[in-house]
Amino acid sequence: MTFLNYLINGISLGSVYAIIALGYTMVYGIAKMLNFAHGDVIMVGAYISFIITSKMGLPAIVSVLAAVVVCTLLGIFIERLAYKPLRNATSLAVLITAIGVSYFLQNSALLIWGSDPKSFNSIVDFDSIKLFDGQLVITAEAIVTVCACIIIMIALTIFTGHTKMGKAMRAVSEDKGAAQLMGINVNSTISMTFAIGSALAAIAGVLLCSAYPTLLPTTGSMPGIKAFTAAVFGGIGSIPGAMIGGILLGVIEVFASAYISDKLSNAIVFGVLIIVLLVKPTGLLGRKINEKV
Amino acid sequence: MSTFLHVENINVYYGAIHAIQGVSFDVNEGEIVTLIGANGAGKSTVLKTVSGLLRPKIGSITFAGEDITQTPPHKIVEKGLAHVPEGRRIFQQMTVEENLEMGAYTQPQSGITADLEMVFEQFPRLKERRRQIAGTLSGGEQQMLAMGRALMSHPKLLMLDEPSMGLAPILVEQIFEIIRTLHKSGTTILLVEQNAQMALSVADRAYVLETGEITLSGTGAELVKSDEIRKAYLGG
Ligand SMILES: Nc1ncnc2c1ncn2[C@@H]1O[C@H](COP(=O)(O)OP(=O)(O)OP(=O)(O)O)[C@@H](O)[C@H]1O
Ligand SMILES: [Mg+2]
Repeated sequence: MTFLNYLINGISLGSVYAIIALGYTMVYGIAKMLNFAHGDVIMVGAYISFIITSKMGLPAIVSVLAAVVVCTLLGIFIERLAYKPLRNATSLAVLITAIGVSYFLQNSALLIWGSDPKSFNSIVDFDSIKLFDGQLVITAEAIVTVCACIIIMIALTIFTGHTKMGKAMRAVSEDKGAAQLMGINVNSTISMTFAIGSALAAIAGVLLCSAYPTLLPTTGSMPGIKAFTAAVFGGIGSIPGAMIGGILLGVIEVFASAYISDKLSNAIVFGVLIIVLLVKPTGLLGRKINEKV
Repeated sequence: MSTFLHVENINVYYGAIHAIQGVSFDVNEGEIVTLIGANGAGKSTVLKTVSGLLRPKIGSITFAGEDITQTPPHKIVEKGLAHVPEGRRIFQQMTVEENLEMGAYTQPQSGITADLEMVFEQFPRLKERRRQIAGTLSGGEQQMLAMGRALMSHPKLLMLDEPSMGLAPILVEQIFEIIRTLHKSGTTILLVEQNAQMALSVADRAYVLETGEITLSGTGAELVKSDEIRKAYLGG
């Protein structure tokens, strides 16, 4: 029964990683860049939600919507200001800029909200489900997180597979030049991708802090790195890959810390990543990408 | 006949490399014009500059009376200029039908079904394979898809970059037959080819590009007879 408890925790944590990893992988797929500031957008989303529920006393759903709106705008703004001018720059320049944006967001949060940890109130307020005389506990947060993850996955699958904008996104991710020749505006497609990724980051931030309620300016950075790992694990650029990678990573992390060592769990997670990449360098579902001008 | 596409003294650079050095040419409405030249002469660079993927440092491009020198590529497509790029560049991971839908990106949603039928009539092979992943098509089918995809945008001017590349003679024949058909139905065509023989046989007029400059021009029939062309491009 404890095994099942761990499994549920792992899937729940993994679902958060998966939602974050989707942002990484979509931005990578379209803009061919690693947006290392993505994790910090999560933190901003969590703070916005915190202010609205704990400080202003408004309902949880309002706080989630506000976090989504703020993060979406923040994502578009970051792309316009920091990354768009570097469209033809080397990938190293873009990477360094992304790291810079990450520190900028963390330090801005430090200035605005201070360094003392905030205690985040969970956005869900129904009870945990207890089964088998309370031996198996499924928390309300776990249920909401997993449901959110499934809904997001279905929505994204429909979006990329069946809408004009979603198909255009796939076209841009395959071949920017050819996409332009179809009449697709690549810049607005990239903006759109950042918007979607950042909206998902806001949702992830709220879910993460509902399960692990300590909120700090650095809250987004470790989950961000883990989710990036998950995206690479699943095959960077692949949407189902990010999903599977995220969930596997969460499960591996929880099992490693439960059965092997709490302190070694991160090392084990990254060890598994290295092994997967040695066996399959493109990740579980990744494909080789050819860049053309 | 009126000048449809007017390219005036364009100079294009790749970093420090001066790839196109003052090229000018015209394409009139209803014509097939071909641009021939050896590998690396700059043919693809010219087409990419016309469709807006590259920008000339000096010079101007006018299409249907409008200056499009600084117009972004997606806006140029809207004006009725389609470019089938070298190497086809179809979306490998999308289905045949999705590729065609992308070709219709600038068109109203309501006309897409009819346009798909129009393309399928032109290329029956694509109809049988409409749900196939484009990357698994044969080379000839991929070329048909690339052309069909461009037709979905209802181009007034169609630019084709080496449509015969890598195809067996019988398929080359087929592709050129399609070019003739498109021309008859009123599409203006700018054709880049290394297969000078075939290109000159369909073209109304031709330009010869050598290391970034136009060195010769004339009607297709004139150039076929020219000694220079015979030696350099037609194998004697
Ligand atoms: N992205 C690039 N960066 C640097 N130089 C380039 C680039 N693309 C093309 N060139 C150079 O510009 C020149 C013209 O190239 P272009 O592709 O236009 O030739 P082409 O006439 O189309 O040749 P081919 O018949 O082989 O397709 C060549 O010398 C080529 O090496
Ligand atoms: Mg070429």
